[in-house]
Amino acid sequence: MNVLERVPVREQDAKERATNFKEVCLGYNMEEAIAEAQRCIGCKNAQCVKGCPVAINIPGFIDEVKKGDIAAAYQVISEASALPAVCGRVCPQESQCEGKCLRGIKGDPVSIGKLERFVADYAREHDIKPEVHTEKKGKKVAVIGSGPAGLTCAGDLAKAGYDATIFEALHEAGGVLIYGIPEFRLPKEDVVEKEIQNVKELGVKIETNVVVGKSVTIDELMEKEGFEAVFIGSGAGLPKFMGIPGENLNGVFSANEYLTRSNLMKAFREENPTPIMRGRKVAVVGGGNVAMDAARTALRLGAETHIVYRRSEEELPARVEEVHHAKEEGIIFNLLTNPVEILADENGCVRGIRCVKMELGEPDESGRRRPVVKKGSEFEIELDTVIMALGTSPNPLISSTTEGLEVNKWKCIIADEANGKTTKEGVYAGGDAVTGAATVILAMGAGKAAAKGIDEYLSAR
Amino acid sequence: MYRILNARWLNENIFLMDIEAKRVANRCQPGQFIIVRVDKDGERIPLTICDYDREKGSVTIVAQVVGAETYRLSKLQVGDYVQDFVGPLGKASEFVETPAEKLKQKKILFIAGGVGAAPVYPQVKWLKEQGVPSDVILGARSKEILILEEELKAVAQNLYISTDDGSYGTKGTASVVLQNLYDAGQTYDVCVVIGPMIMMKYTCLLTKKLGLPTVVSMNPIMVDGTGMCGACRLTVGNEVKFACVDGPEFDGHLVNFDEAMKRQTLYKTEEGRAYLRAKEGDTHHGGCGQCGGDRA
Repeated sequence: MNVLERVPVREQDAKERATNFKEVCLGYNMEEAIAEAQRCIGCKNAQCVKGCPVAINIPGFIDEVKKGDIAAAYQVISEASALPAVCGRVCPQESQCEGKCLRGIKGDPVSIGKLERFVADYAREHDIKPEVHTEKKGKKVAVIGSGPAGLTCAGDLAKAGYDATIFEALHEAGGVLIYGIPEFRLPKEDVVEKEIQNVKELGVKIETNVVVGKSVTIDELMEKEGFEAVFIGSGAGLPKFMGIPGENLNGVFSANEYLTRSNLMKAFREENPTPIMRGRKVAVVGGGNVAMDAARTALRLGAETHIVYRRSEEELPARVEEVHHAKEEGIIFNLLTNPVEILADENGCVRGIRCVKMELGEPDESGRRRPVVKKGSEFEIELDTVIMALGTSPNPLISSTTEGLEVNKWKCIIADEANGKTTKEGVYAGGDAVTGAATVILAMGAGKAAAKGIDEYLSAR
Repeated sequence: MYRILNARWLNENIFLMDIEAKRVANRCQPGQFIIVRVDKDGERIPLTICDYDREKGSVTIVAQVVGAETYRLSKLQVGDYVQDFVGPLGKASEFVETPAEKLKQKKILFIAGGVGAAPVYPQVKWLKEQGVPSDVILGARSKEILILEEELKAVAQNLYISTDDGSYGTKGTASVVLQNLYDAGQTYDVCVVIGPMIMMKYTCLLTKKLGLPTVVSMNPIMVDGTGMCGACRLTVGNEVKFACVDGPEFDGHLVNFDEAMKRQTLYKTEEGRAYLRAKEGDTHHGGCGQCGGDRA
């Protein structure tokens, strides 16, 4: 075995998986995991840990994997993360832990993500639970939103002895893990539900069907229901559209809607009552992870699927692995292309999009080269479905109903990065509601920081 | 799980249920809506709030059987539970934020079409509780399917009734009654129209002609009801609005009804099939020679 190369991970064949919703990546087995773990040099001053937003003791858990003691490895991870089976699947490791791995200087970095996933899956299959020893503090904390930020915050608070209750607006807990990320990347029943169950077993209560700001306000939670602190992890918010003609035609969807129908409402199963449009030819506008998820879902529902993105491949914000998987499955990339109008047939349904070709000019504020329209480059693509994956803008439900909670000029909640503190006493926030749409692991990091902030606040009271 | 405290049919196709939901009952206001799910495989059904009892912690919903999910909901009995019940969603009617003294200076008219009587009722009732009188025109296709007449009579200053077939009240649509009132010299300062989209569209054409400011309540397709999916977007004036968070009430003279009606038909075929499946179950065994079920 060449120690410079990582142990390859088994995947479902691209042709086959393009027609089903089963998980793409099959993960390591014990033998493969131990072999990959051997590649870790166990740095004393481990850079990988610094690259992890929740600071998992990475060399520590890998050391246990080397010895084949997976239960011990799981306990090491559980000290820092409540959702290892999720993170092992959806974290952008290449730009975090693995991006800092010394092995990566000359060869492949250690497959930390795949090892984490192996450990978490093994623990679940062998019914190994996180060990916790805490004394109850008898103080109630409300957590708004059961996505990665809320689950992490509530889990850490419970471990510290607090009585944490999560309020979830939808009928099922999990936030973006349930409604956003598709089954083929993150299995719901086997992975997400089980990790949420683990969080519950720490003592966290979850009340679904509560839209904070509507069903109850933060002030009511604090004044009438006895919560001494509140964490807001309510997520990203309202989908953005382009503002071009034809966006309200039948056949135009936000990625949020399309994915929620398929993932949360299980519309990908034909027998399910929630409908979803199974297009013949679909364009997904955008280049992020959500765009890839929507495109790969449309493909599996039987459509010829295109990604339409105004910059070039280099600027695609999606993870390299997602782009690679999408291409393997047969998704067509129309890069340096921007829609200017959605075209209607006589029934008010989508019949195509009019696009312009773009070229890259000078770098803009984000450092990426600004796309400019090529003159006279207009052309049409015939299709019946358009999915807009352009990001989100913050939902005002909570900020508009909570006096003293300030937002910035983008309407995101203002919170201290170090401890989640907002402008209102006792109220903390983190995740997409603060940063705008970002990643699962960054939200978890923020949830963790806020749990610490809340503990400090309540301990001092 | 949320318990059904009361259930009855208002006509052969529209039913009423009181459902125990303390948080919703505690905070809901006229004009808002809820989302209900029958069971763990159910679709999320948005329904308007018809009444509420804060003491009992119950919310009254009224629904028309239009598809598989409302059909399945209608089959539940007192003592049964619905899986999910979330709300109140959307904004309350503008009245709620207006001081009663100011409201009393206005002549207010409600026009309810069909099942639209359900969301109109709590508004009229609320106004009466504030000492503000209002008139109501209640329209339906015919006498047998008219709903909430007694309830509305108890809270409205004047209740006018119209039926398309002339079986009760004025013959014709609610618009005919409105036109008659104006012809007789009656005027109003504000009008709230709630009913099927086509009825709201044509009523708004008339109120525009009469120079009568008009509010409508939109009920487009939606999924989450909290602003997350954007399925419920519609064009109001030159702006795109989300009915779930910006509405459901909008200026009726600015809503693009033609677009909204097209958007509502998006899943018609799939919904129709699902309804047949729910209603007839496994009865499609073929034999009639129509569906080919015996040959499948």
